[in-house]
Formats: sequence, C-alpha cells, structure tokens
Amino acid sequence: MAPLTAFVLAMALPAVASAFGQDFYVGFASRILIMAMLATSLNLLVGLGGMVSLGHAAFFGAGAYVVGILATEWRGVGNYALLAWPLAMALSAALALIIGAISLRTRGVYFIMITLAFAQMLFYVALSLKAYGGDDGMSLSQRSSLPGLDLAIDSHFYYVVLALSAAVFMLYQRLCAARFGRVLLGIKDNEARMESLGYPVYRYKLAAFVIAGAVAGLAGALMANQNSYVSPNMMHWEQSGVALVMVILGGLGNIWGGLAGAAAFLIIEEALSAFTKHWAIGVGAILLAVVFFAPRGIAGLWTAKR
Amino acid sequence: MNLLEIRGMVKRFGGLAATDGVDLDVRQGEIHAVIGPNGAGKTTLIGQVCGTLAPDAGRILFAGVDATRLAPHQRAELGLARSYQITSLFPNFSVIDNVALAVQARSGSSFRFWQPVADERQLADAAQDILDRVGLGDLGQRTAAALSHGEHRQLEMALALATRPRLLLLDEPMAGMGGEESAHMVKLIEDLRGDYSVLLVEHDMDAVFRLADRISVLVAGRIIATGSVAEIRADAEVRLAYLGEDEA
Amino acid sequence: MSGVLLIEQCLNGIQFGLMLFLLAAGLTLVFGIMDLINLAHGSLYMIGAYLAATLTQATGSFLLGLPLAVIATAVIGMVLEVSVLRHLYRRDHLSQMLATFALIMIANEATRAIWGVQSLTLNVPEALSGSVAVLPGVTYPAYRLLIIAVGVLVAMLLYVLVTRTRMGMLVRAGASNREMATAMGTDIRRLFTLVFGIGAALCALAGAMLGPLLAVQVGMGENILILAFVVVVIGGIGSIRGAFVGALLVGVVDTFGRAFIPSTLRAFAPPSVADAAGPSLAAISIYLLMVMVLFWKPQGLFPSRG
Repeated sequence: MAPLTAFVLAMALPAVASAFGQDFYVGFASRILIMAMLATSLNLLVGLGGMVSLGHAAFFGAGAYVVGILATEWRGVGNYALLAWPLAMALSAALALIIGAISLRTRGVYFIMITLAFAQMLFYVALSLKAYGGDDGMSLSQRSSLPGLDLAIDSHFYYVVLALSAAVFMLYQRLCAARFGRVLLGIKDNEARMESLGYPVYRYKLAAFVIAGAVAGLAGALMANQNSYVSPNMMHWEQSGVALVMVILGGLGNIWGGLAGAAAFLIIEEALSAFTKHWAIGVGAILLAVVFFAPRGIAGLWTAKR
Repeated sequence: MNLLEIRGMVKRFGGLAATDGVDLDVRQGEIHAVIGPNGAGKTTLIGQVCGTLAPDAGRILFAGVDATRLAPHQRAELGLARSYQITSLFPNFSVIDNVALAVQARSGSSFRFWQPVADERQLADAAQDILDRVGLGDLGQRTAAALSHGEHRQLEMALALATRPRLLLLDEPMAGMGGEESAHMVKLIEDLRGDYSVLLVEHDMDAVFRLADRISVLVAGRIIATGSVAEIRADAEVRLAYLGEDEA
Repeated sequence: MSGVLLIEQCLNGIQFGLMLFLLAAGLTLVFGIMDLINLAHGSLYMIGAYLAATLTQATGSFLLGLPLAVIATAVIGMVLEVSVLRHLYRRDHLSQMLATFALIMIANEATRAIWGVQSLTLNVPEALSGSVAVLPGVTYPAYRLLIIAVGVLVAMLLYVLVTRTRMGMLVRAGASNREMATAMGTDIRRLFTLVFGIGAALCALAGAMLGPLLAVQVGMGENILILAFVVVVIGGIGSIRGAFVGALLVGVVDTFGRAFIPSTLRAFAPPSVADAAGPSLAAISIYLLMVMVLFWKPQGLFPSRG
C-alpha cells in the first residue's frame, strides 16, 4: 500500500506547500514527476529489455517541440492540451519507430552509439529551426489549455502531471508483470534463446522502443509547459545522459527506479545548490559513490532492506 | 513420411566448406542420430537447420514447408525446438519461469501489456508438468543459475520440450555429464520416443547406439552413410573414416 | 567552387581529422583493451587546453607551456586511472557510463571553480601567425600546417609504438583478446595505467593545439567527445588503424560539409532557409556517415575482434 500512501501525500503537497508559503515546491515536484516519467520510459528499455539507449532525450525534445510549434503556428486550437499532447506522443512514437527499426539491428556498444547518433541528428535539426528560435530555443507565451482547469496555476498543472505520471508508473508496473514484460526480461537475459524458442525478438524490442518513445514525448510536452520554454538542449546527449543516470541511480528494472532516480537527482542538485554554486561537484561525487557502494540503485537498496 | 528434408546443404567459411552438400532426412517419429568426428561440420549443420546460419546453397523442407530462408523464430513457430551444447538458459529467472517463458512462446500472442502472467495458471501448470517429466519437479523455485551442471542439461531439455515441438534437435545433450547423469539423460530421451521426432547430434557412441533408430555419419561436410545401428556398425567405410582402424 | 578553396578545405579537413585522431586513439585503446566506455575522455582534452593556456601565460612561451600541459594531463589521467577507472574495468557498461558521467560533472565544475566561467584565449605563437605558400598561389596558415605536421608525427610514433615494441604487442593482444593479455602477466595493470596516461597526453596535445583555433571553455570536451566516439565506432573499436582512417574521414566530411553544403543549398533554396539548415546538415552528415558505415559493416571498418 506504500504507493497509495505516497499518492495521497502527493495529493496533499500543494496545500501543504502553500500553507508554509513555499509554493516553489509545487513546480519543483512537477519537474521531478516529469523527469520521473522520462526516466521510467527509459527504464523500460534499459532495465527491462537491456537496450542501453544514449539518445532517449530525442523523443523528449521532439514532444516539447510539438507543443511549442503548435502553439506558435496555430494560436488557440494549437494550445489545446488534448490535441497537442497526444500529437507529441504520436510524433515521438513515429520517430522511435524509424530510429528503433534501424538501431535495433545493432547490439551492445553499437546500439548505444547509433541511438546517440540519431539523437544528435535531431538535435541539429532543432538547432536549424530558426523560425522556432534556433539555438536560443523558444519561449511559450502560455501553457496548454485543458477544459475545467487553469494550467497556468502551478497546483492545477501539478495535479495533471501527478495523474499522468501515476498512469505511467501503473502502465510500467502492469507491463513488467504481463507477458510483454516477461518477454523483454527474457530478451535481456538471453536473446538468442528467446529467438530459438520462437519469439520474434526484434518486434518485441521495437514495440518497447516505440512505447518508451511515446512516453518520453509526453514527458517532453509536459516539460515544455512546466518551463514555458523549449530548446534544442532538451535533445542534447547530456540530457540523454542525465536520464540514464537517473535510471541507474534509481534502480534498473525496478518499478520505482525512475521516480527514485529523478527525485534523488533533482533533490540532491537543489539541496547542494543552496550551499554552493559548485554543487555539480557534489552531485558527481554522490553518483560515484552510488556506482561503487550501491550498484543496484536507490530503489534497490530499499528493496534489499525489506 | 519425412518431417525434415535437407538437400545439398552447403556453407563455406572463407574457402573452407564446413558443410559440403549435406543430404539428410528425419522421418516422422524416429530418433535420428548424426555422428561424426570433430570438425566434420556438425555445429554448422545445426546452425543451418535452426536458421542461425544462412546456407550458401541447398534447401530445407520442414513439415512440408520450404524453411530455407526462414528466421530462427519462424522455424520455431513451425515446430522446431533445439537444445544447446553449451547450456543456454535464462540465468536470472527461476527454474519454473524458464519453462513458463518457453510455454508462453507457443500459447498465443505475447503482445499482452496488461494482464499479469501470474494470473495465467495454465502457463505455470504446463511448466510444472514438463519439469516433472525431466525430473526437476521439486526445483521450480530455484534460480536457474543456482542449478548443477546436470540439472542445467535437464532444464535445457525442458525448455525445448515446452514449446511442444514436432522435431527436437538435441545438440550433444550428454556433453560434460558424468556416468549417472548421462544414464538419466539417455532414459529421458528414450521416453520421448513415439511422442517426438528427434534429431540427435552426439559424441557418446554408447548412447547413440542405444537410442537411435537410424544414424547418419557426417565426415568432412558430407553424409557418407545412413542406416540402422546394425548397418552403420557394419559399414566398412564408416569404420575406416570414423570409428578408427583399431576397431576395424 | 575554386581549386584554391578546395585545397584549403582539404587541408582543414585533414588538420581537424588528425586532431580527432589524437583523441580517438586513446579512446579506442581504452575501449578495446579495458572494455571501458570512458565518457570523461573529453574532460582530459578540456583540462589539457586549460593547462596549456595557463602554463603558456605563466611561462610566456607556447613551446614551453604545451609540453608542460601534456605532461601534467598525463599525470592527471594516470591518477584518475589508478584511483577510479581501474575499478570499473570489470563492471558493466552502464556503471561505467554513470561513473564517467559523474567525472564529467566534477571536471567541468572544478574547471569553472578554478578558472571561472569566462573562456580563456590561447594565442597562436608570434612566429607562426603568418601564412605559408603551400602551392603556387595557395597560401595556408603556418600554425595549421604545424598542427598537421604534429598530427602526422604523432600518428607515425603511435604506429611504431604499437607495431614495433613489446608494449605495443601487448596492447594489440589485449585489443583482440583481453583474457590472453591478462594471462600474460602481472604488469598488465601497469600497462593499463601507462596506456591511459598516453591517451590523456594525446588528449592534452589535441586540446592545446586546437586551443588557439577554438575557444578554451567548459563544455568543449563534450562536443568533441561525441565526434571521437563516432570515429572509434566507424574505425572499429580497439583499432588504431581504424581510428586513423575514421578520424580523417570524419574530419574531411565535417569540414567539407560545413564549407560546401550551405553554399550548395543556396542554389536550391532561399538564402534564409539555406543559412539555417546548412550548418545543421553538415553536422548531421557525420552521424549519417556513421549510421551508413554501421549498416554496411556492423563492427566498423577495421574490426579488431574476431
């Protein structure tokens, strides 16, 4: 029941934060949840299917650009969340289908590098979109609109993010336990054997890649709203690296790995930056410690204790 | 009736022909052994039957279907299952989940994203039946990596059986086994007779002579003789090429 | 396009390719022998450039500052190998990426803390600031010619080192069969440290040589790191010869792309579009090259493992 307790606490957050006059934390929590969605989608690839992608931010950025471009090109209607967000997912899924179809013909290190290469290509495409800010990126004049809610209010937006991320975590959990998840785990453990048992391995991997891409696209669409800003840096390889770091930090293949990793990374960053402007050194040192002392990640530590 | 027909199978590595025009038939219901000295092309032949190696020439008919260009998973769907000479399992899965994963492969689509596998009792039940059959019935909850070598070989066999194959390709099932384990495995294969057609590639001559309905002898990439155990024992050419002069 | 321009761009491409080779040589050896994905390789390049700038200023001479920076960076690299990276050789690629990503964060922030956020300038030595006639009617900057000369010299030295010495023999054995190299003796640990030190020295040399042409700033390592990885993958992991061919290929394609794609594009598209898309297309061409090579030869041009 721990997830339910956590969900109830998360529901109460905006009220508590505003009671203490700390409204900043509502936006901060939204950012954590959005990054957790991105990390969870990557965990589906890396933790479940053993596909180490260093280009996952491409789909995150693509989702963000869909929101940004629709809002500029099609004032009013282009702002509808119910139009823009599904479109963001669809475009990211389509890109994942193309990129995955080619990349999944390679394995191991070559897969890492080829996903990186595709993400860099999209990064440079975004850089060349002078009409949409080029390398400066573009500011959004307002958040997407949803009937019945005012997403410009941080707490409203937070509740939407909370609901969507809860849905993503639930989807991930169901996937893990369902046939599809077993197949992915099997592929991670012994791909050749899966093939000889009669599983069309490539198709399963591609399906996972597309699902992960779509979820990353949704996270990107939400992040564009959260920051009211879209830039090519959302697709930069370091962003992919951060997502990967969050997954490993949180716990590979663990249902809560994405959330734990995103929360830990952003909270550490926030906490250290209160003390020193050179907080990145501290974050780096903590990550090194995790590699050497907690190889199964934070969620792994917690599961081990129980 | 022939379940498997191999005609003129060739595979070259560089200039060297590992299989050089192999013709081989496996009849429905028989245990057909392939023997041959090291380097005769047995491993290559297995790769070509399973589809992990593309042939340079030749044809494979499996259950009346031209399987020459099919991918490994497509051949498995037609009913071809294999065991590996070097154990190939899912080390991080429990023993029963290993088998359940194999059962799942042949029981409908696995593009199911929502319903937990744990709810599908029939997968676990079928897996338990097979574990009982190979003698691992009590070890279902162990992690596969924790089994002994002999148990690994039994689990390897269980995985192959779990896909309900029409043809079982066993790649040296006795490899690395002690006398007792070996005898157990022979008994296990003996029990398969009638239920499955088996293509057995094996070094252990005693086992082959005891199990096989027919034997094919592979030497330097070609089948030099095919016949019953008695015929192969009597064949002068086989004795010269393979069984060694001292036995002749 | 004129012949002069063509020759000039050829030389530019070779010059950039040779510097990429310096980075890729160390990277491919570490990758091939120790099976280590070292994302922090670019940080050594950055550190080398900063040290060269500082030491040149302190000694008043580029010719003194450069070798000092190279030696200092080699020492830093070896300390890094002994203290952190050595413990990662037997870990999986994910742990390696997490740990070396952490090192990037630490190195970047430490650099900011020591040298500040402003980029440093490293000036071309007075004597080399002019141009030389390489062919009748074709002049080329003397400093860039020096870079080419140094690059060729180092490539030849490396070739001799790898093919003619006992150490090189061990390195080659290690790249094609790690177990065998490990079985060869206990001095393998020292060999690894030494190889890493040489790799770091080559990074510093590239950083210092390119310093006067590019800005010496934080983040310079990450961009060139990705290009170096592309070179390594194109050439075949662990292959020095592959790194050499791959580096020249990437250097020339990148330079020609930047020089000719925008102008070619202007013939077909309005200038505004061409100017925006041109540089991006040029950058993308490198990654396309890699995808095509991997499609054609999944193990790179010179696979070193059977």
